[in-house]
Amino acid sequence: MQFHALDRYQTGASFLHQLDPRVKVAGTVLLILATVLLPDGAWLAFLLTGLLLLAVSYAAGLGWLYAVKRSFVVLPFLLAAVTVMFSLPGRPLLGLQLGPWQLILTDAGVVRFASILLRSLLAVQAAILLVATTRFPDLMHALRHLHLPAVLVAIISFMVRYLTVLGDEVKRLLRAREARSAAVAGRRAGGALIWRARVAGNMVGQLFLRSYERSDRIYQAMLARGYQGEWPTGNAHQMKTRDWSALGILLLALFVVQVVGRWK
Amino acid sequence: MTVLSIALMHIPDGFLNATISALFWVLTAVTLTIAVRRSQAQFDERLAPLAGIMAAFIFAAQMINFPVAGGTSGHLLGGALAAIILGPWVGILVMACVIGVQGLLFQDGGLLVMGANIFNMGIVTALVGYGLYRMANGRHRNAKLAIAGIAAWLSVMAAALLTSLQLWLSGTAALGLVVPAMLGVHALIGLGEALITVAALAFIFRVRPDLLHEGGTQGGRGWIVAGMLVALAVVLLAPYASASPDGLERVAEDMGFIQTAVAAPYEVLPDYTIPFIGSENLSTLLAGAAGILVVAVLAVLLIRYTRRSTSRS
Repeated sequence: MQFHALDRYQTGASFLHQLDPRVKVAGTVLLILATVLLPDGAWLAFLLTGLLLLAVSYAAGLGWLYAVKRSFVVLPFLLAAVTVMFSLPGRPLLGLQLGPWQLILTDAGVVRFASILLRSLLAVQAAILLVATTRFPDLMHALRHLHLPAVLVAIISFMVRYLTVLGDEVKRLLRAREARSAAVAGRRAGGALIWRARVAGNMVGQLFLRSYERSDRIYQAMLARGYQGEWPTGNAHQMKTRDWSALGILLLALFVVQVVGRWK
Repeated sequence: MTVLSIALMHIPDGFLNATISALFWVLTAVTLTIAVRRSQAQFDERLAPLAGIMAAFIFAAQMINFPVAGGTSGHLLGGALAAIILGPWVGILVMACVIGVQGLLFQDGGLLVMGANIFNMGIVTALVGYGLYRMANGRHRNAKLAIAGIAAWLSVMAAALLTSLQLWLSGTAALGLVVPAMLGVHALIGLGEALITVAALAFIFRVRPDLLHEGGTQGGRGWIVAGMLVALAVVLLAPYASASPDGLERVAEDMGFIQTAVAAPYEVLPDYTIPFIGSENLSTLLAGAAGILVVAVLAVLLIRYTRRSTSRS
């Protein structure tokens, strides 16, 4: 497995691809913050933010719906927010008798629920656009420039480099278990629950030892090549006029959206 | 259940309000700063390759599952295991990087709420996991494994409880429904976590027992006390939050707290830190606090006793 199989980067040469990664990281975080700050039921502001993201997606050459289609990953978590529809005081819309519980759907609860849904969809779309237009090393470099401690950046870089290696290792372990687990169709196979959990635990322990010993070999190899705890970089990111103006335009847009969202 | 567990622990953006997100980012950033300093003092320039590959290990180990029943499967979250085998500080760093990459690269968890996610799944799990496991220092191997199992289960419960509380404080979920639901689901998920953690530790004990001493010797009594306190808070707070017809919730509503929760950027912290105040519930809270205090004192005495007995043997 190659890292490209995991990386969400989409090759391209658009304006957004060439933007300084620092601007993209800061812009994404600001956009998410602004969206979370919007009050409940600020439908017009949600719509404007959505249109902005659609336009960015299109301008990046990803097609209009690239981020929208991938943003549904947040939906399962909505289970946690369903409760708010019945707990927020407001005008009752519908009463449900669910066993011992009397649930009352309120208008304020529904508005809150829909707002949570929209906020999370918009926020995750912004994050999707960020990783789709920024290579991972550039992303790491940007975080370094934004004062994330160097050692954390180094750890994450190592992690991502070896994700695929250890991912392959896991696949081999799973395949080996599969190969040893014969089953007759329709009949229960394998031992008791505890036994199955132990097999999985042994696999985790095995994986740990292989990883630990690998990390030691890597460290020795790096020492032999002159590693001193720092990674040199040949990629000097520099803010150009284009980058500053993109950041300025985004800030202006977010401000307008906030004003629209809070207009009474 | 696999899908559910991952989805319900990694909070996406939009589910926590700005104040709660910022508060947990600050707590997480401070803890990470200390963790970086302590880990670097211990491992020096070896830290990056070690922690990086261990983070990849946790990430990969989360893919190993085992069938439970009815098409559901158990798998590892790894917070307690990482803290036990690598020591708490490196464990926290490793989990922070795992959660960071999951959020940044795979949108499994948001960016603004990443502080809360790291706090729940990396820091609290390390506190409970390592803190309780540290109590077994010098004990027989089986006692260590048993305590590791309890610690792993409680670490998942603590993370689930904190997640529910954050959702409630953000006005995203009803306390009386979200706490029992989250804890119910995670009581099962935690069982899988405990089984795999114990089995993995037993395997490492058999094959490379020398590796488990490295993590076991660092960190002192502070971890035990902190771990005990968090564990007790979970044990005492969880039934209170879910069973009583919503003491916390009613007080919050009386104060108009829930209504202001989302329009919150102007409402600064005080409103959030005192949702408990209210005459009828104050006594319950005080009783709870007294209970925690008593058990904490007992815990410290117990620790003193076990320390003395191990140093004698």
